[in-house]
Amino acid sequence: MTALEHATEVVDPVPGTGAPHLPEQPDSGPEFVQLLTPEGERVEHPDYAIDVTDEELRSLYRDLALVRRWDVEATALQRQGELGIWASLLGQEAAQVGAGRALAPDDMAFPTYREHGVAWTRGVDPLHVMSLFRGNDMGGWDPVATGVNLYTVVIGAQTLHATGYAMGLQRDGADAAALAFLGDGATSQGEVNEALIWAASLSAPVVFFCQNNQYAISVPIERQSRVPLYQRASGFGFPGVRVDGNDVLAVLAVTRAALARAREGSGPTFIEAFTYRMGAHTTSDDPTRYRMASELEEWKLRDPIARLKAHLARAGIADAAFFDAVDAEGDELAVRIRTGTLEMTDPAGTEIFDHVYAEQTPDLERQRAEFVAYHASFEGEK
Amino acid sequence: MTTLTLGKALNMGLRKAMEDDPKVVLMGEDIGKLGGVFRITDGLQKDFGEDRVVDTPLAEAGILGTAVGLAMRGYRPVCEIQFDGFVFPAYNQIVTQVAKIHARSRGRLPMPIVIRIPFGGGIGAVEHHSESPEAYFAHTAGLKVVAVATPADAYFGIQQAIASPDPIVFLEPKRRYWEKADVDTDATPDPLFRSRVLRAGDDLTLLAYGPMVKTALQAATAAEDEGRSIEVVDLRTLSPLDLDAVYESVRRTGRCVVVHEAPTTLGLGAEIAARVTETCFHSLEAPVLRVGGYDTPYPPSKLEEDYLPDLDRVLDAVDRSMGF
Repeated sequence: MTALEHATEVVDPVPGTGAPHLPEQPDSGPEFVQLLTPEGERVEHPDYAIDVTDEELRSLYRDLALVRRWDVEATALQRQGELGIWASLLGQEAAQVGAGRALAPDDMAFPTYREHGVAWTRGVDPLHVMSLFRGNDMGGWDPVATGVNLYTVVIGAQTLHATGYAMGLQRDGADAAALAFLGDGATSQGEVNEALIWAASLSAPVVFFCQNNQYAISVPIERQSRVPLYQRASGFGFPGVRVDGNDVLAVLAVTRAALARAREGSGPTFIEAFTYRMGAHTTSDDPTRYRMASELEEWKLRDPIARLKAHLARAGIADAAFFDAVDAEGDELAVRIRTGTLEMTDPAGTEIFDHVYAEQTPDLERQRAEFVAYHASFEGEK
Repeated sequence: MTTLTLGKALNMGLRKAMEDDPKVVLMGEDIGKLGGVFRITDGLQKDFGEDRVVDTPLAEAGILGTAVGLAMRGYRPVCEIQFDGFVFPAYNQIVTQVAKIHARSRGRLPMPIVIRIPFGGGIGAVEHHSESPEAYFAHTAGLKVVAVATPADAYFGIQQAIASPDPIVFLEPKRRYWEKADVDTDATPDPLFRSRVLRAGDDLTLLAYGPMVKTALQAATAAEDEGRSIEVVDLRTLSPLDLDAVYESVRRTGRCVVVHEAPTTLGLGAEIAARVTETCFHSLEAPVLRVGGYDTPYPPSKLEEDYLPDLDRVLDAVDRSMGF
């Protein structure tokens, strides 16, 4: 079963739930940045040109396909009891890969808990993400080395971290920017509003990348905002852009431009990547309780991977052998992820004490010793 | 030796820390041109510039949230919360982020953030300006909590807190900001996370921190007139607690009273009573007693003298302990 078929399966309509929630149709005009139509046709935008080589196009496709394959494998592993939970990125691959690929090496990304596609583009080992969802750690990668902060679960909290990091970049005179990820639900958080105010007021080199995937778990965007989210930026005093979040080229172009603007000292930008969460919020969620299957069917026509594949094939940039090779690479990746996850050893119990402080406290030293002694008291028992 | 108010000692300590480490950045509301509502940062923006003494937007979560990002970038943010009751908008960032990031990152992301909070009552203020929120922070793993009581501890303590690699809630007894004492700025200070016996005695061990240290010392002096010898300990560090000197004292005196302004139930006194009881059970002649604020919202200022522990309430607890 493909990921899309799986998504279809879990979004069966529930009789009697009333009118379906239909996604707001984005503008087709210049307010909605699109460079690749859902049919895979390249189109131009007056403000956002993109110059990509065929090789780059193929590698973007590869990223999209591989993160989806990772996502499918992770969902399966959760169903088999090998992960505690999984937050699927299905449908949001282009938004995440496009944003991630726009980052320069010295930039810093501040993800939520769903940005596996961003992590992938920055070279984070998928197993370091899997270990988080397996419950082995809080994310095993090095945030400094990878330029990807650890996942932040409290909604919106990371937008302030990104803004503060950008204040540090300003003070260092660094040619770099921070990229804060958030969702549509997060825009209702007070801390996000504080971040937007701080960033504007201090002209901080930070870009807010909001994936409007239409739902905060079950609650549709209409409950978060009565105006299109990108329009909120003008109230804070900086540009807001709505981009087709299922168009990797448009996302790449818009995010690159915003990051460049931030690095040159012109301040923040708010990007609304208009997309759709094709799967459940997490593996614990049941979208059939709050949305109609017909809505998903409509969004499947705008699938981010299908449109790039159509473009590559039609323009003769990639052939069947290329797509087969990416599929095969995806299967190899899935095997590595599966094997690596199953082979993870449980962390030692004493780990809970070891990193609470940089300078350990006598209290925790004592509790750690008591923990060790307590467990040692069972040795020899069967 | 210089005579300093506690407030001026903090100001000089902050200045010294900023001179010693260019990564120290002060953040807060009104701390720049105004020098803070209590003038603790007076003159610092003029001398160190607006990038190092930041007049922030009026947003406490923003102060702490951006401090996290600055710390990730290698800075040492010192955040001023204007009054104790205003820390709660930042509570989410402090508890879910500042306190946990070191553990979350397995030590890859240190959070050397100091959160300065003027705390406690007795200044005749309106609501939210007189509270003692220390137990919330002492209950939170990943934070350290200290309270200073004297100009010397203020001068050295703020520098030690800034130099610490861990996040520290630094509590300043606002009603004592204007009290003076001699400070030897060339002295070698005691470690930050160490309690200190301020007055020796044989009959009872009296524990206090922050604004109540002075009250405890006054109570000990008054008790002396009645022939009672009270040992007074300034706890100084609330998380981690440093009770070795307390245990040693209680084993001699057999009696222990803890004083704080914060509400009594589940306050620091409760934890201290539990630990003293566990550790000194066979030496105790009386249960450990607590003298604290009542379990009410902090009252209007006309009633705060009824609410706050004072000399007489401390002596009453001493009497009750001695009567066992």
